[in-house]
Amino acid sequence: MSGTITGALSADRYSFWYGEMQALFDVTLDIAPRAITALIGPSGCGKSTFLRSINRMHDLTPGVRTAGTLRLDGDDVLDRGVDVVQLRQRIGMVFQRWNPFPKSIYDNVAYGPRLNRKPSGDQLDDIVEQALRRAALWDEVKDRLRTSALGLSGGQQQRLCIARALANEPEVLLLDEPCSALDPIATQKVEELLWELKKDLTVLIVTHNLQQAARLSDQTAFFYLGRLVEHGATDQLFTAPREERTESYITGRFG
Amino acid sequence: MYRFITTAFALSIPLLLVLLGIEVAVAAWPALSAFKLSFLTSSRWDAVEGVFGAAPAIYGTLVSSALALVIATPLAIGVAIFLSEFAPPWLRQPVAFLVDLLAAIPSVVYGLWGIFVLVPALREYVMPFLSDRLHLGNTPFFSGPAYGPSMLAAGLILAIMVLPYISSVTREVLMAVPRSQREAALALGATRWEMIWGAVLPYARSGIVGGILLGLGRALGETMAVTMVIGNRHEISSSLFAPGYTMASLIANEFSEATNDMHLSALMAVGAVLLLVTVIVNVIARLLVWRVERQGKA
Repeated sequence: MSGTITGALSADRYSFWYGEMQALFDVTLDIAPRAITALIGPSGCGKSTFLRSINRMHDLTPGVRTAGTLRLDGDDVLDRGVDVVQLRQRIGMVFQRWNPFPKSIYDNVAYGPRLNRKPSGDQLDDIVEQALRRAALWDEVKDRLRTSALGLSGGQQQRLCIARALANEPEVLLLDEPCSALDPIATQKVEELLWELKKDLTVLIVTHNLQQAARLSDQTAFFYLGRLVEHGATDQLFTAPREERTESYITGRFG
Repeated sequence: MYRFITTAFALSIPLLLVLLGIEVAVAAWPALSAFKLSFLTSSRWDAVEGVFGAAPAIYGTLVSSALALVIATPLAIGVAIFLSEFAPPWLRQPVAFLVDLLAAIPSVVYGLWGIFVLVPALREYVMPFLSDRLHLGNTPFFSGPAYGPSMLAAGLILAIMVLPYISSVTREVLMAVPRSQREAALALGATRWEMIWGAVLPYARSGIVGGILLGLGRALGETMAVTMVIGNRHEISSSLFAPGYTMASLIANEFSEATNDMHLSALMAVGAVLLLVTVIVNVIARLLVWRVERQGKA
């Protein structure tokens, strides 16, 4: 690793199989650090599979196989010798359906730090406050940290999940359709928050919502049938796509 | 018409329960009104003199059941965690089946096994080991002569009998924990064990408690196997080596010999106390299981 900017991801001829079914074909993609990259494409195109490869969530699924490499700051994420637990601390993840633990707001955010860094009580209070502030949730919950996280609204629960991921101080934040179940106002809050977060981490977001990709991201990658069709600056990809299939998709001819 | 018949069938069961409760209460009334509180607190059970105090039986039921839970709960939860989280698929089904099969063995068979295997083993090896080798003989819990038939034997046999109930309920609730909860923990850098301990078990907690209480309900009411190994003596002793009595064994042992009305009524009163305790336990169990199901949907 060289330099101070971390969180650079790069895939090189990365392929992925669920049993006999090949879900990704030779994906080669460099993801810019400290920027928002959107992964778009129709259902089943492999964008979520790609996202979940980065923090090795597929380890849970039996019968999967990969080829090629996937690097975070030069380290091969897929290497058998990689400490998956450590890797997942460097790469936070937020899921489509918000999934706070049935614990207090405080305990949700403190979950990662308690596992990994074993901070003292005061340190932990600071970490929790910082994470909630970064997730733009602090002012809404500071007086009810000890109450159940399940009492929050959907949008708040999703931002709590973001805060929970941030408490590990990751270099990369993966989001798998984080707004698909949120109303427009809650969605806007999440987007504003991601816009702030990209100042110090790499944000990778899978989305079905093309408008969201267009207004939020710096870079966009279009996946189709398991292949990366086109990757480039969002402005360019949405206004002057190089590939015909990209144009068809973004103009709504399929998908 | 069809609707009327099914409704009648459905209502007949609660009605039967209510009738049963009333019947037991009415039959128990003479003894309860004659001995009042001393029925629950006295250790004197003398059919010849017509004086009845059921304290040793109540004590024995509660202690043997508690002992069973203390032994069975960690084992059952361990089995359930293994089966739901670690076991390879080819092993999961057979082991789950065998554990569930424990619930299908008739209790008289457990009793026989208790008399011919468990009790001699306790007398020859376990009790001497506990009292002499581990020097626990001076504590009130493991003192006195090792007869064999004892509270300890009853607790052990009950532990084996309730284990399948606790473990299969626990297995079900563990498997019902949503994948999203597991993924949340793993994505935050939890190891597999940390995920189970910190996310899966807490999420399933009230369901597991429900399973334990179902096991407790079973242990409280178990009659045959306990009667065969507990020693059947009307005395409260702090030592687990000493023989004891339970409410269920008392009724089973004396019902055919109850010659006068007061004796019969006293046995009915024991039945009423037992019924009350088991109903309370089962209601709590239901409420807890219901709570975890509701959580799962939210």
